[in-house]
Amino acid sequence: MAKVLMKGNEALAEAAIQAGCRYYFGYPITPQNEITAYMARRMPQVGGVFLQAESEVSAINMVYGAGGAGGRVLITSSSPGISLMQEGISYIAGAEIPCVIANIMRGGPGLGGIQPSQSDYFQATKGGGHGDYKLIVLAPSTIQEMAELTAEAFNIADKYRNPVMILGDGMIGQMMEPVDFESIKKTDEILPKKTWATTGKGKRGKKNIITSLELDPQLLEKHNFDIFKKYKEAQENEIRYEMKDCKNADVILVAYGTIARIAKDVIEKAKKHKIKIGLIRPISLWPFPQEPFNKTANKTSAYLVLEMSMGQMVEDVRLSVNGRKPVYFYGRTGGMVPEVEAILNEVKNILGGVL
Amino acid sequence: MTIVFKRTKGLTDVPFHYCPGCTHGIIHRLAAEALEELNLLDMAIGVAPVGCGVFAYEYFNCDMQEASHGRAPAVATGIKRVHPESIVFTYQGDGDLAAIGTTEIVHAAVRGENITVIFVNNAIYGMTGGQMAPTSLIGQETLTTPYGRTPDKNGYPIRICEMLSTLDGGAYIERVAVYDVMHVKKAKEAIKNAFTAQIKKKGFSLIEVLSSCPTNWGLSPIEALKWVKEHMEPFYPLGIYKNTLEGLK
Repeated sequence: MAKVLMKGNEALAEAAIQAGCRYYFGYPITPQNEITAYMARRMPQVGGVFLQAESEVSAINMVYGAGGAGGRVLITSSSPGISLMQEGISYIAGAEIPCVIANIMRGGPGLGGIQPSQSDYFQATKGGGHGDYKLIVLAPSTIQEMAELTAEAFNIADKYRNPVMILGDGMIGQMMEPVDFESIKKTDEILPKKTWATTGKGKRGKKNIITSLELDPQLLEKHNFDIFKKYKEAQENEIRYEMKDCKNADVILVAYGTIARIAKDVIEKAKKHKIKIGLIRPISLWPFPQEPFNKTANKTSAYLVLEMSMGQMVEDVRLSVNGRKPVYFYGRTGGMVPEVEAILNEVKNILGGVL
Repeated sequence: MTIVFKRTKGLTDVPFHYCPGCTHGIIHRLAAEALEELNLLDMAIGVAPVGCGVFAYEYFNCDMQEASHGRAPAVATGIKRVHPESIVFTYQGDGDLAAIGTTEIVHAAVRGENITVIFVNNAIYGMTGGQMAPTSLIGQETLTTPYGRTPDKNGYPIRICEMLSTLDGGAYIERVAVYDVMHVKKAKEAIKNAFTAQIKKKGFSLIEVLSSCPTNWGLSPIEALKWVKEHMEPFYPLGIYKNTLEGLK
């Protein structure tokens, strides 16, 4: 198949279908509406189910039902809608049901705006709902990556019986780039069979129960220990990141998603000013990659974290750097996107201070 | 010797946790017997609520999923869309279905979702210790209406069967009670009709069962059954509110 020019939102939807997703529940919210429209059109063509729920709360609980019943299921929304889903996400994590959730972030808090933002990082990576649980969170920065990570997310979700979140923003959802779907491989056969799913007792004989309730605190603690064993495995196996020009870099930028693209432009522009800038781009936001910081902390003078928020990932960077070098932050928020020149000025200020 | 009565295969061998005199046990058994007699246990997938019925997933002898508070119809929708040939039911109380989960029940009915809902109405919040329910009667004393429910302060009780039967997606909607043998038998017929509607893919079906809560009403089990008949039934009239099944009256 040749490359197709697509919006990020459409690429996410098509990749999900090509990865075998046959159940989609959603509720319209900008800036991710292309996904619902795409699914409404495509799902009937592949014998799948598209259902527009009456609310985000209902939609995520439909996902809980469909995922629990063994379906490969996707739900997508944007920031305020994802907030509404948090209770359901906690239940899904507690009941260990695989599903893929995409958050195409917009500015907040509250109703906020409809322009791109990255201010749901904490919500995505630190919990969001109640209780001890983690989402595996993947952040694409190109439309091709949007497609590939979405497809992979279904396998990761099945492997760990845990929700996986694609964390994009309005920019990555709305921009268009050529996408090649050939790299999306179907790897269903190596995944564990869903013997736990509620499919009807049938020939199985033994009933299956899906629940997150455990009134005995000793057993609930054991359950939490068990799911954190899975998370430890994910920390060993699912870390993804990109490093660019970090060797001999005076300052290393740290950015994910849309703003990592801008960071690459900053690197190019800085070369004209004889400034060596590197980039660490976390792709998995949870588990968060610490290795690139271990590799660079002794060789660079400082890190500059770039975010479309008031500064959230910067905390994970500081934990990873662990005091070895100064960590600076530059961000815009509310739907504003940082400009190359402004970031370069920040770098110059830092170099003026530390060199 | 002829066996005239035995334990239903629709229930597991687990003791109920319900209070003495509570009719959840009867209603569980009726739903379980209906599933067994219609030969649905292998293909049934149930959804348990939050509230007194929370452990229903331990009791029904079929695949079960536990839902968060009020969301059972949405969960059932997800299950049914994955397995359209299975028989999917929810078991919900009045706080679950008629308060926090009103959106989900209305829209499952509006969609004509081909699921069956067993709705247990005892006019009070049982599990949390006796607060007002949306279905609590005018004048009823509860923890949160200590001077009796009044319309000006607390609003009116909600009649679910009447409300849902106005929607096009409903296939079979009936209100029953279980305060005496005759009504218990009628309740089972109603539940079987509701499952039959689902088997025939007619759409959404709901059986509301007027139930008792001796513990939180502060009545003896016998007085509680009398209270259902004398106080609840006049406000919540029994009968079929919607029926699209041919050959059934």
